[in-house]
Amino acid sequence: MTTSSPALELRRVNKWFGAVHANKDISLSVGRGTIHGIIGENGAGKSTLMSIVYGFYQADDGEILVNGEPCQIDNPQASIAAGIGMVHQHFMLVDTFTVLENIILGVEGSARLSGGLDHARKELARLEKEYSLEVDVDAVVGDLPVGLRQRVEILKALYRGAEILILDEPTGVLTPQEADHLFRILNTLRDQGKTVILITHKLREIMAITDNVSVMRRGEMVANVATKETDREQLAELMVGRSVLLRVEKDDANPTDTIMSMRHVGYVDRDGVARLKDISLDIKAGEILGIAGVSGNGQSELMEILGGTRHPSEGQIIYKGEDITNSPKFNARDLRKIGLGHVPEDRHRSGLVLSFSAYENTILGYHDSLDYNKGTTLDRNAMLEACQKHIEKFDVRPTDPTLKASGFSGGNQQKLVLAREMEQDPDILLVGQPTRGVDIGAIEFIHQQLIKMRDAGKAILVVSVEIDEVMSIADRIAVMFDGTIVGELDVKDATETKLGLMMAGVKEGAED
Amino acid sequence: MSDNPVKFGSPAKVPAWVNLALVPLVNLLAAFLLSGVVILIIGDNPLQAMEVLLYGAFGYEEAIGYTLYYTTNFIFTGLAVAIAFHCGLFNIGAEGQAMIGGLGVGLVALYFDALPFVLVVPIAIVAAALFGGFWAAIPAYLQAKRGSHIVITTIMFNFIAASIMTYLLVEVLIAPGGQSPESREFAEHTWLLFFHDFLPLPESPLNISFLFAILLCGAFYYFVWQTRWGYEIRVTGQNETAAKYAGISPAKSIILAMVISGALAGFVGVNEILGVHHRLILEFTGGFGFVGIAVALMGRNHPIGIFLAALLFGALYQGGSELAFEMQNINREMVIVIQGLIILFSGALEHMFRPTIENFFKKRASSPTVEA
Amino acid sequence: MELFEIIVLLMDATFRVATPLILAAMAGMFSERAGIVDIGLEGKMLGAAFAAAAVAYVSGSAWLGLLAGILVSMTLSGLHAYACVTHNGNQVVSGMAINIVVAGLTPTLAFAWFRQGGQTPAISGDSRFSSLTLPFAEAVRDVPVIGYTYAELISGHNIIVYIAAASVPICAYILYRTRFGLRVRAVGENPHAVDTAGIVVSKLRYQALMVTGFLCGIGGSYLSTAHGAAFIRDMTAGKGYLALAALIFGKWRPIPTMLACLLFAFTDALQARLQGVELPLVGVIPVQFIQALPYVLTVLLLAGFVGKAIPPKSIGEPYIKER
Repeated sequence: MTTSSPALELRRVNKWFGAVHANKDISLSVGRGTIHGIIGENGAGKSTLMSIVYGFYQADDGEILVNGEPCQIDNPQASIAAGIGMVHQHFMLVDTFTVLENIILGVEGSARLSGGLDHARKELARLEKEYSLEVDVDAVVGDLPVGLRQRVEILKALYRGAEILILDEPTGVLTPQEADHLFRILNTLRDQGKTVILITHKLREIMAITDNVSVMRRGEMVANVATKETDREQLAELMVGRSVLLRVEKDDANPTDTIMSMRHVGYVDRDGVARLKDISLDIKAGEILGIAGVSGNGQSELMEILGGTRHPSEGQIIYKGEDITNSPKFNARDLRKIGLGHVPEDRHRSGLVLSFSAYENTILGYHDSLDYNKGTTLDRNAMLEACQKHIEKFDVRPTDPTLKASGFSGGNQQKLVLAREMEQDPDILLVGQPTRGVDIGAIEFIHQQLIKMRDAGKAILVVSVEIDEVMSIADRIAVMFDGTIVGELDVKDATETKLGLMMAGVKEGAED
Repeated sequence: MSDNPVKFGSPAKVPAWVNLALVPLVNLLAAFLLSGVVILIIGDNPLQAMEVLLYGAFGYEEAIGYTLYYTTNFIFTGLAVAIAFHCGLFNIGAEGQAMIGGLGVGLVALYFDALPFVLVVPIAIVAAALFGGFWAAIPAYLQAKRGSHIVITTIMFNFIAASIMTYLLVEVLIAPGGQSPESREFAEHTWLLFFHDFLPLPESPLNISFLFAILLCGAFYYFVWQTRWGYEIRVTGQNETAAKYAGISPAKSIILAMVISGALAGFVGVNEILGVHHRLILEFTGGFGFVGIAVALMGRNHPIGIFLAALLFGALYQGGSELAFEMQNINREMVIVIQGLIILFSGALEHMFRPTIENFFKKRASSPTVEA
Repeated sequence: MELFEIIVLLMDATFRVATPLILAAMAGMFSERAGIVDIGLEGKMLGAAFAAAAVAYVSGSAWLGLLAGILVSMTLSGLHAYACVTHNGNQVVSGMAINIVVAGLTPTLAFAWFRQGGQTPAISGDSRFSSLTLPFAEAVRDVPVIGYTYAELISGHNIIVYIAAASVPICAYILYRTRFGLRVRAVGENPHAVDTAGIVVSKLRYQALMVTGFLCGIGGSYLSTAHGAAFIRDMTAGKGYLALAALIFGKWRPIPTMLACLLFAFTDALQARLQGVELPLVGVIPVQFIQALPYVLTVLLLAGFVGKAIPPKSIGEPYIKER
């Protein structure tokens, strides 16, 4: 109850989802007026823990104390009343509403809207000035860029009187420069006496801005340290539980023929927005070309065009020396037949049919092939055999090919998709976000497989938002920003700063 | 494309038969219980109603034939709705597609009867499929290419089909000198054989269309699960994005599934027009298209389930006539109430009983834990 | 002035036919904006029509009939909510199921209780809603154009027609200027945002569906106690689906939806006039084709002009908290 009590304290919190023990005996103490980081891999339980603090879920066991007083948080309203505000990873915004409407949703003030809207306007003007969170309150949220939408989320929390702000993976969609601006805002908030909790899996951020850091691993809290007293390597080890290779060992690349090229490719979407502008690149056999960039800068469209599910508005696509731009061959099905493999960015949405069994997913995209068909009939034995092979080679667990794809964990699903595409022995492999949602152990394995393919003379394109991953496995790196390739460099010449600047649109050699 | 695909429940760690047999059975029971309540409200005895229903469906010699004749129709419409469901589409238009399919049959029988039996009958059957498929193709095309909600367009097409049939039967195809809206009787050599023509069975409308229905069940299973076109349809129904990624054209799958759906519904015309009435009449589809929805849902879109569900509804319809005849307060529409309740419990409330039942089995399956 | 008189009479009929459509469309607007697909407008109206006619006959009061109709419709809406919101059931199937149950139940109960082959006995007098003459209508009838229009077109409808007209601005106000409306629109676009704002998603959707039931109840009761004089089986004849089509055509906004309803109603009024009439070039159009006109028009609208109308983002998907 004194001002020296921690702003937020958790004592022995437990949470089960069915048989899964998502949070085991978690204890945590967050000092007032500090920025406290919580780091852990995907699935470590960080988001679940914060959802409990936010009242989205209820803990099965344990205590929560706010400012030293025990607090019963049964729903988001109780959490808000306790002064806790959450900025979610996936924004909780109504795209068709204005900023103002989004902020007052839930705290409208009265049955008729007009009074509440006026009050909010005045209050927001004050908040914006105090925390440099300028945004046009009458703008429609759907039209705003991602960085501004995040500001709206922060304003939402502050408007409700949050003293403790929890941010869940806030920089996932920001450039390093936008992230820096966010950190400046967080510093301002801290200096004004607010408490900030930052959930992230990025070591860089923890080291850059937090005062204290807690590490979670497999549902448990494994460490609570002051940031000054630790370093990236130590934190990574705590996260995983063993020494981690942050870089993949590999030989130099020996690129040979160009398998696929884009020449001055442009793409304008249905709303008339140019998503790709004058893109030219070559993907060569025996080389891994990495595409770095914050998501939303055209990478998805790039991959879809290369994969044959979208046609460019202008420019040419050249495959094995042939201009296929206007060829009937230029579609996902036929490209596969002539040696293209494609691991999509979002395996849930595109790469798998979750309600099908693993072995039925094995033929997705290849269901026409003679390997899997006897005349008009599907050859289920061949399908099962192939899936079994994939499972063994890529160490997928559980090892049952008849299990529904939804029954596998994210990392294993990713492995199934990778196995399917890689085992077709394509000449060129497109891979989008290869290790999103995958545990560190599997990440190493996947990276090694890609390097092996490269050494066998295949052409590989890797699109990733993780700078570490791109720098780790690519031989050449092209950076995308706003639909263009801002720069291309050999991995030996690449540094995080250079890449970060390019990701924000700063061309190489330009003045700062 | 429907954003609302019908999802099949994912099995938990419970034996498969629970999901495939027990849960549907419980849903059925719930529907019957509520129907019993309705009968009570009307002032009749539900148990007596049950007795009359069963007697009407199976109790006397001709009854079984009638029951199976109805079952034939419901297999056709059940399969029709099911294949659309596999593509994530809700085909409410089976009623209209059946009508137009019947029109095709009738036109062939009326104008091609110079041909011998071995030619005219197959051509009529093909016509049923083509006409029915065509009637489904338009809403399918609109959904695939224009995003027009297939539920509404197929409902509209039901009304439009009824208008077309009425016009044709009143103005164009009416039997010369006839008073009621129906065509002249077809030449006898175009008629399908009744079962009682070649088997020692009492007279009933049961005809060889029933055999077609069983054949189509087998063909359905083969097509949906054993061919790559069925695979493409199923992928489209479960995940349209994955379909596009895999090089499958969702538009083509939608149109293919719906055309097959309409063709299957068209077979009702074969049974009714060529097999029973031997003339083109109005209202021969009698709500069968909507029963198909109940049959597909109860049968979990699988031919075996559909066959059993169609049998159930055949019994309901045949027994229902007896019910209306024997019992004071009940009329034919009571069967529609039961039908609607079955759709409600099997389709919309299908998850209502599942958790309780699954928990029951999970508890029995788990071994007792020992405290440390 | 003959053409003018014909137009006024046509518009007069249009208003009468549009009334249930407008009420049903406004009803559907609330449920769809809240993210629930409601194919069951048809069944709710039919159930309300039956209840209103039955109770009006038995009690002798049209208003009691209206109350009964509203209660039945709201109960059916509650059932839809139970299936879709509480049990995350397939919303299209639920709506269809309710339609079929009602289509069977209403003639069954009518037969059991009134023995008239599935309809209710004819009602008259106080059991029906009668035309209201607005003040001064008779006095200004002879005034050219304006007076005639007032007397013939605007005055002389029964009260539910006026209620339907008023429902449009009232619903617009509720949807855009009240807290409830803001939340309804929000939950249809992003239920997660609503949930994290501390609002209970299921309660909100139930409330929206109650409004749906209320409005459908009025629309259905109108059919049997104001427009007609009894319940006849299947008397809604697809009006619920037409209302839904109008809603899509009107992009789920009140005024455009009302205009679409008027358009449909106009074709219906037109077909009554065109029956048996020789038109230049075409001759007599078969009555069946004219009767099919509203349905054909719906298809054309959905195919041509609407194309890819963008519905509320979360529509049709049950809201399940994600891990």
